[in-house]
Amino acid sequence: MAVEPASPITTRTIGPGAFSGTALRGDFPVFDAPTRQGKRLVYLDAAASSPKPRAVIEALADAYAHHYANVHRGIYELSEDATARFEGARRRVAGFIGAPSEREIVFVRNATEAINLVAYSWGRTNLSPGDRLLTTQLEHHANIVPWQQLTAEVGATLEYVAITDDGRLDMDDLAAKLANGPKLLALAQVSNALGTINPVAEITEMAHRAGALVLVDAAQSAPHMPIDVRQIGCDFLALSGHKMLGPSGIGILWGRRELLDAMPPFMTGGSMIIRVTLEGAEFNEVPYRFEAGTPAIAEAIGLGAAIDYLDALGMDNVREHERLLFERAWAALGEIPGVRRLGPDDPDTHAGVISFVLDGIHPHDVATVFDHEGVAVRAGHHCAMPVMTRYDLPATTRASFYLYNDTDDVDALTDAVRATQQVFGG
Amino acid sequence: MDNLYRDFILEHYRNPHNKGVLDPHDLHFADSNPTCGDEMSMSLRLDDGKERIADVAFDGRGCAISQASASILTDDLRGKSLDDVRAMDPGELLDDLGVPIGPARLKCALLSYKVLQGAVQGGAVAWPEEAEAVG
Repeated sequence: MAVEPASPITTRTIGPGAFSGTALRGDFPVFDAPTRQGKRLVYLDAAASSPKPRAVIEALADAYAHHYANVHRGIYELSEDATARFEGARRRVAGFIGAPSEREIVFVRNATEAINLVAYSWGRTNLSPGDRLLTTQLEHHANIVPWQQLTAEVGATLEYVAITDDGRLDMDDLAAKLANGPKLLALAQVSNALGTINPVAEITEMAHRAGALVLVDAAQSAPHMPIDVRQIGCDFLALSGHKMLGPSGIGILWGRRELLDAMPPFMTGGSMIIRVTLEGAEFNEVPYRFEAGTPAIAEAIGLGAAIDYLDALGMDNVREHERLLFERAWAALGEIPGVRRLGPDDPDTHAGVISFVLDGIHPHDVATVFDHEGVAVRAGHHCAMPVMTRYDLPATTRASFYLYNDTDDVDALTDAVRATQQVFGG
Repeated sequence: MDNLYRDFILEHYRNPHNKGVLDPHDLHFADSNPTCGDEMSMSLRLDDGKERIADVAFDGRGCAISQASASILTDDLRGKSLDDVRAMDPGELLDDLGVPIGPARLKCALLSYKVLQGAVQGGAVAWPEEAEAVG
């Protein structure tokens, strides 16, 4: 039962140049059912994980139903079919991020695992006591904790680039800390907590001049804007499939071939070997060396279907759509007294993620009232506690947009803010 | 909304009872809610026999549910023996709140109970089973 017909003909959709978010909602079965309170679901938590379009759900079901066997080893039709589809998904990912070769695409569980792979494999091979690593105060815990563990283990030093009052990286501080000669800079292209878009191409150039490799955490950017690793110039890039319409349990590490070739395995076992004797093992080539055990076969195929869906819309259009939603929501929230918005004002440097606090009302209470209104948002530290500390906040409420959102969702967001303030007598 | 934020919850939130830090105190403990990072402390003063609670205060910032829960819980402690407190049933505190608490908010509702138990048991205690509907 559809609560709201998915019709492109409505005055509340975003205008020419982009697609209609309300129309796309028809592709996502989750929007068919009303919430507990009988409201239309207004899903503003894409930054945590995205709903799945029917095309992805069907690709996953089809893979399991008709094309499933273990990959790479079976000398029979079904296994060859599964392998071709699995490797086809790898090629799609390579194309999606502009990788020169699909051999540079390593399937992992998620961006967290991709970063851990680099920290364990590259890090423990290349870092020595006294070396430095650089990350930023803006990061998700997934881009902090693996580096803390690594540097503590090898006796290296971890430094953090400071952030400005409006949530941008402090470029002077970045330059100063690059001058200390870190071996690697790890940073997010888009902050999950504040929505800040970092100028990763410019930063990569600065880092390379200083002799540092660059790992880009693209978990929050790859779903929402065109990504090209050659244009960015980075050395590693991590992303999660579940945030970009794909299944959970599948993610990507991209790395430059010469770096991956020189890295030892992270996890060991089946698939990642060429030959095993009782004395030792000879490891397989890249990327298989990093894919021990049976991979998430159907999930990789599902990620390929998600990329097909995004490609059909065009990532430039997705970005433009979210930019319009951001501008509208940012302005509307700014007009409500008692709302404090975090992050940069400029839509060029702010993705479709808005972190805010309501005076005198705890974010958990905000999210609970929102939930009653049918509006799903995140409340908490967003796995970015150093960001909260920076602004002396215990938590924020975060609304994040995606392609199925539209101006009616922005209206629902501001209505829910007013409803919350009313409950709390604000 | 009527269900979750009844007036008396909001009243406790706006004007919490027993808020602050007792100085001096006999027992003090602080703990936090991992889902939001909210911290709460509790300080207790005991009677001359060091058996019963003479006075209690809680401190910290948090949501309406956690603050109202601490306000209601601490209202009911004066005169209770430490053994009574150790034997308290967290389900009773949820009942006292008088509103349905969704699985995602159980830790907000039971943080005060956890901090109190930490104070009377001399160290952090595990979350009560009632709080574990959502890890």
